[in-house]
Amino acid sequence: MRFLIVEDDPEVARFVVKGLTEAGHMVEHAPDGREGLYRATGESFDALVVDRMLPGGIDGLTLIETLRRAGNVTPVLILSALGQVDERVRGLKAGGDDYLTKPFAFSELQARLEAILRRGSTKAVETVLRVADLELDLLSREVKRAGKKLDLLPRELRLLEYLMRHTGQVVTRTMLLEAVWDYHFDPQTNVIDVHVSRLRQKIDKGFARALIQTIRGAGYSLRLEP
Amino acid sequence: MLRSTVLRLAIGYAVLFVASALVLAGYIYWTTDRYLVRQTDKTIVAGADALLERFRNDGVAGLVRAIESRLAEEADEEEIIALVDPARRLLAGNLETAPPENASAWFDLELVRESRSSTARVLRITLSNAHQLFVGRDVQVRLEVRKVVADTLVWSIGVTAGIAILVGLLARSLLARRLARISTVADRVVLGDLSTRVPLTGSGDEFDRLSSDINVMLDRLGELMDGVRQVSNAIAHDLRTPLTRLRSRLETALKAADSPARFRATAESALQELDQVVRIFDALLRIAEIETGHQRAAFAPVDLAVIATDVAEFYQPLAEQRGLALEVEASPAACVGDRMLIAQALANLVDNAIKYSPSGGHIRVSTRRQDHDVVLVVADTGPGIPIAERDKVTQRFYRLEESRGSPGSGLGLSLVVSVAKLHGGRLELDDAQPGLMARLILPASAGA
Repeated sequence: MRFLIVEDDPEVARFVVKGLTEAGHMVEHAPDGREGLYRATGESFDALVVDRMLPGGIDGLTLIETLRRAGNVTPVLILSALGQVDERVRGLKAGGDDYLTKPFAFSELQARLEAILRRGSTKAVETVLRVADLELDLLSREVKRAGKKLDLLPRELRLLEYLMRHTGQVVTRTMLLEAVWDYHFDPQTNVIDVHVSRLRQKIDKGFARALIQTIRGAGYSLRLEP
Repeated sequence: MLRSTVLRLAIGYAVLFVASALVLAGYIYWTTDRYLVRQTDKTIVAGADALLERFRNDGVAGLVRAIESRLAEEADEEEIIALVDPARRLLAGNLETAPPENASAWFDLELVRESRSSTARVLRITLSNAHQLFVGRDVQVRLEVRKVVADTLVWSIGVTAGIAILVGLLARSLLARRLARISTVADRVVLGDLSTRVPLTGSGDEFDRLSSDINVMLDRLGELMDGVRQVSNAIAHDLRTPLTRLRSRLETALKAADSPARFRATAESALQELDQVVRIFDALLRIAEIETGHQRAAFAPVDLAVIATDVAEFYQPLAEQRGLALEVEASPAACVGDRMLIAQALANLVDNAIKYSPSGGHIRVSTRRQDHDVVLVVADTGPGIPIAERDKVTQRFYRLEESRGSPGSGLGLSLVVSVAKLHGGRLELDDAQPGLMARLILPASAGA
C-alpha cells in the first residue's frame, strides 16, 4: 500500500511514517497543504492521512474539498486537534472518510486506515458473510458456526456483522462504539469489552479454534486463530 | 458642564417652562387688553349716541348745551368731547385744539391735559351739517397698567429661568454625589476588588434600586470568579496527579531500560496514565463546549424512552457482570434535544450507578412524562449521596471521600448538569431509600 501523510508537525509525521513503514507500507510525507495537494493530485496513493490545520494557505479541509471537486476519490483519514462533534461533522462533509482526534494511538490510526481502505472494495452486495466456518446470513439474520445455529441478540448480531465485514483487520473499541452503537462519547468503563466477551461466549465457546482475537493495546480482530 | 445630563435636563425644563409661561401670560394679556378696549369703545359709543340724539332734536345749539352740561355735571375725568365746525373752530368740549379732521373713524389721539401727556381713544362722527363731533376717553391709565403687567411678566419669566437653572445645578451636584458612590465601586472592581459593594441609603429610590442591582451583579460575578478559581484549582490538582504519576512512571522506565520486559510494562502503564489525562481533558472541553451553548444545532425531536432503552441495553452486560439487575421502565417521553448528549448524560448516570452499587443490587432506569416535563430517572441501591454533599457532587472534579479510590474523573455529574441546563432542564438528586435517585428533568416538547 502507498500512503501520503500531510502533516506539519515533524514529530507526529515521523511517528506515523515510521509506524506505517514498519507495517510494510510505502509512505510519503508532505509538510504543508500546498505540497500535499500537489502530490495528491499528481501521484497515485491508496489513502491519504491529512491534518486538519496546515500552514501554507491550504488547510486540510480545503485540500480534501479541492481533491473531491477534481473527482479524486482516494480515501482520506482526517487528523485533528479539534474534537468537537460539529468539527467532526464538518470534516466528514468536506469529503473525509474518517476523523481521528489528536492525541491518538498508532493502533487506532492503523485500524481506521485499514477500515477506510476496505470501504471502497466491499461495496458489492453480499447476502451471506463467511469467515472460516462462521456464517452470517444478512437476510434471515441467522448465524451458524460449523453448521450449528447460534442464538444472538440483535445488537450482538450487528457487532458480529461489523467484525465480519472487517475480517482480518484490527477494529478498536472506539470504532465499535461508533459503528455498532453510534455513540460518539467516552463510556468511561470498558463496556465494549463486556459486549465482545459475551459475543465470544456464543461464537467461540465449544469450538476448537477461536475466531475473535484480542489485540493487545489496540482492540479486536475477527480471524481464525493461527 | 454641559455634559451633565441633569443640567441639560434642568435647562431644557426651564426653557419649556418659560416658553409655556410666556404663551399663557401672552394670551391672558392679549384677551384682557382686548376686553378693556371693547369696554372703552362701548362707553364711547353710548356717550356719542346720547349726544347725537340731542343733535337730532335740538340742532347744533342743543348739542353744545348738552356737551357743556355733561362736562360740567359729570366728574368723569377721562371723558373727552369736542365739537368742531366746518371752519375747524372748536364750538364746545374739553380739548384745547381741534383734532385732525381727516382722521379715521376710530383713532388714537396724543394730547396734553393738565400738563401731562396722555393718549386718548377717539371716535370721529361727521354730523349732517358738516360739523365734526369727537367723542373719546383718556386711556393713559390703561396703557400704564398694560406696561406694568408686561414688565411683571418679563421679570417673572427671568426669575423662573434663574430658579430653574439653580435647581438644575443643585440637582446635578446631588446626583453627582450619588453617582460618585457607584463609580467609586466600579473603579475598585476594575482594580480587582470584587468584595466592595455600593452603600444603600435605605430610601428605596431609583438609585437605591440601581445600587442594589449592581450589588446583586457583583455577588454573581464573585460567585462565578470563585467557581472559575475553584475549577482551575481542581484542574491543577486533578491533572497534576496523573501527570505526576506519568512522570514517575517514565522515570522508572528509564531506569528499567536494561530490562526490556520491565521497560515495556512501565511504558504501557505510562500510556494508560496519559490516556486518563486526555480523557479528563476531553471531558472538560466537552462540558465547556456544552456550556457555551453552541450545541443547539443538533437539536431534534427525541424520545427519552428510546434513548433510555438503548443506553440500558448498552450497559446491561456490564451490570450483569457486576451482579446487578438493570431494569428499564420506559414510557414515552418526547422532547426536543441532542440525542447524543442526552445519551451521554444518561450513560454517566448509569455508569455511576453500576460503579457504586454493591453486587446484588438493583438499578432502575425509567422515563415518563410529567405535566410539562419529561423525566428520566436512574435509581440504584448503592450508598447514595449524603444530603450535605448533593450540591457539591455536581461541581467539577468534586468527588466524595469514599469514592476517591475508584476510577473516575469527578466530571460525570457536571456533564449531566450542563446537558440538563443546555436543554433548559435540571438534575435532581434524591434519596432512593436506600441508594441514589437521579432525576434528569427536561421540558417536554409542546403538543406531545
